[in-house]
Amino acid sequence: MESILNWIALVIALVTSITLLLHRDWRWGLGLLAIQYLAVFWLVQITLPVSMSTAKLVSGWMACVVLGIAHLTTIPKSDNIDSWPQGRIFRIFTAGIIMAATFALALRASTWLGIILPAAWGGLLLVGMGLLNLGINSQHFRVILGLLTLLAGFEILYAAVESSTLVAALLSAVTLGLALAGAYFMVSPGEEKQ
Amino acid sequence: MSAPVLWIFLPIFLAGILLLVRNQKVIALIASLLTFILTLAGWFLPIDTAIKIGALDFKVASSVDILGRHLILNSSSSSLLTLLFGSATIWFAITPLLKTPRRVVPLGLVIIALMVAALAVEPFLYAALLIEMSVLISIPMLEVPSQKPAKGALRFLIFQTLALPFILFSGWLLVGIEANPGGIGLVQPAAILIGFGFAFLLAIFPFHSWIPLMAEESSPYTVGYILWIFPTVTLFFGLGFLDHYTWLREAPALGTILKTVGLIMIVSGGFLAAFQNQLGRIMGYAVIMETGVSILTLTLGGIAGMNIFLMLFIPRLLCLVLWAMSLTILKGHSSTLLLRDVRSTGRFYPYATTGITLATLALAGMPLLAGFPPHFALWEGLASTSLTVVFWVLLGNLGLIICGLRVLITFATAPKGTRWESRESPVQRIVLVVGFLALFSLGLFPHWAQSLWTRLPGIFAHLGN
Repeated sequence: MESILNWIALVIALVTSITLLLHRDWRWGLGLLAIQYLAVFWLVQITLPVSMSTAKLVSGWMACVVLGIAHLTTIPKSDNIDSWPQGRIFRIFTAGIIMAATFALALRASTWLGIILPAAWGGLLLVGMGLLNLGINSQHFRVILGLLTLLAGFEILYAAVESSTLVAALLSAVTLGLALAGAYFMVSPGEEKQ
Repeated sequence: MSAPVLWIFLPIFLAGILLLVRNQKVIALIASLLTFILTLAGWFLPIDTAIKIGALDFKVASSVDILGRHLILNSSSSSLLTLLFGSATIWFAITPLLKTPRRVVPLGLVIIALMVAALAVEPFLYAALLIEMSVLISIPMLEVPSQKPAKGALRFLIFQTLALPFILFSGWLLVGIEANPGGIGLVQPAAILIGFGFAFLLAIFPFHSWIPLMAEESSPYTVGYILWIFPTVTLFFGLGFLDHYTWLREAPALGTILKTVGLIMIVSGGFLAAFQNQLGRIMGYAVIMETGVSILTLTLGGIAGMNIFLMLFIPRLLCLVLWAMSLTILKGHSSTLLLRDVRSTGRFYPYATTGITLATLALAGMPLLAGFPPHFALWEGLASTSLTVVFWVLLGNLGLIICGLRVLITFATAPKGTRWESRESPVQRIVLVVGFLALFSLGLFPHWAQSLWTRLPGIFAHLGN
């Protein structure tokens, strides 16, 4: 049963990260990120205690809330990209390449890190998708989503090798800090003047 | 009372209070006072030694435990604390003379405390997380009022965040190598991960693009502070790696890698600076060059290399403070800081323009200025092994000198009959003149600053001996 749930978590990570790449609406983006953190929670709790993985889930959701509130206070802008639908095809294609590449890597990484394949693939996949997001987006919001995805993937992999509470706390703080930095980027113009 | 509480938690606590204060002069005064007191404490207060004042007996403990890990500041760290907090005092004391946002000083105080924590945390690899938190804190500092935070700050955030996984994973591998010295298979991946981690952290080519971008877009004074604190602490963090791991320190390829990286940074920084038309970007490229110079000093090896590495610390601080302050003053005249917009400003801002020119030339290693003694020692050390390397270093320096002369010509060129005047405030003039005198004094009498860094090698158990 647990093995099936691990694979389901991987599928959730896969679907949410690809949809994050394709969907341009910020509400969808944040919703998908929140679901993605559920998958991260499940894949992290394989190696870390549930309490620590819950902390990651909560900090991830808090990050989503911070970004959501920041978005609500900014002037709505069109999120459409000029190159659609070619852009969408390109994204699906590159996401496919990343899926294949990370699967190949995950086969070795799972042995190397001593974790099960869904966790290794899930972590590497999120890292890859996060990097892809960073590579093809220049909007502050999208870049922060990319960084959060990348960090979430890294946390899955790092949980297998480091179980320190301090590291978990600092990584949660970094997740929240990234969201706050993203919120700051979105709402800052003229916020404080000398 | 413990040292981490004094030098890490107290500044963070005070910064939290200062964020609520509205008067910038009060903020700068309190922050400067605190950092000055902490500088004196670093110099005079013994750590882990019983102190008796009258009937009062107390001891400043060296460590604090947090969630099963330690923050340790022992007596060997005190010289570094003195230098870091002394430098911060200079940075913070000048802010009331310039139009910087109120939050710059409190956030700057948090950053310096987190950086000290990064150097104090055990296992020291966790420093990457604390550096990342400093990066996140610095984002609001880089915001320009009435303007969207631009690409430079975002790219800074991306590159520094990308460093985090590399450093943390390399740490895991390094522990594996330490525990199992026969595990040669781990050495190569660990070295690659460390390399990428530091390439991102130190903005090594091709991951350097955020520096000129940020220097162009954000407030020069804030950028100056960021470009001083991050490379300085990261270089110390890097030295920590070399000091801690014998296999890394004694790797045959290390010298070649450091030499190549250092040369690329010096030559590319100098070359690109020579062709820049924006004063902020020139400062950015000069910082890239200077990081390259620091990396190159490590190739000299032994205590000689370490001494030159540490000698660079104070001239770099002086140059950056002077440069950032002068640029901020000049920004009041021209918001773009493009060379075409600052033509003939030497006639209206003679002190600020002199500051920029002197700082540029000092960082290029011009004789009589503060940068010359460490640069000269480096050239001498490198020449004993390879003249080709010295040639490339001098070529990079030549680029920055050409840039300095271009800037000087731009400042000095003025239509006939333009009157000389000084639009800097009297206090700004005094501070700038003190800066000029310091640059010349350290150029002529470098041993004056020696006492500030002679105890520093003690931080490193192996590299310092």
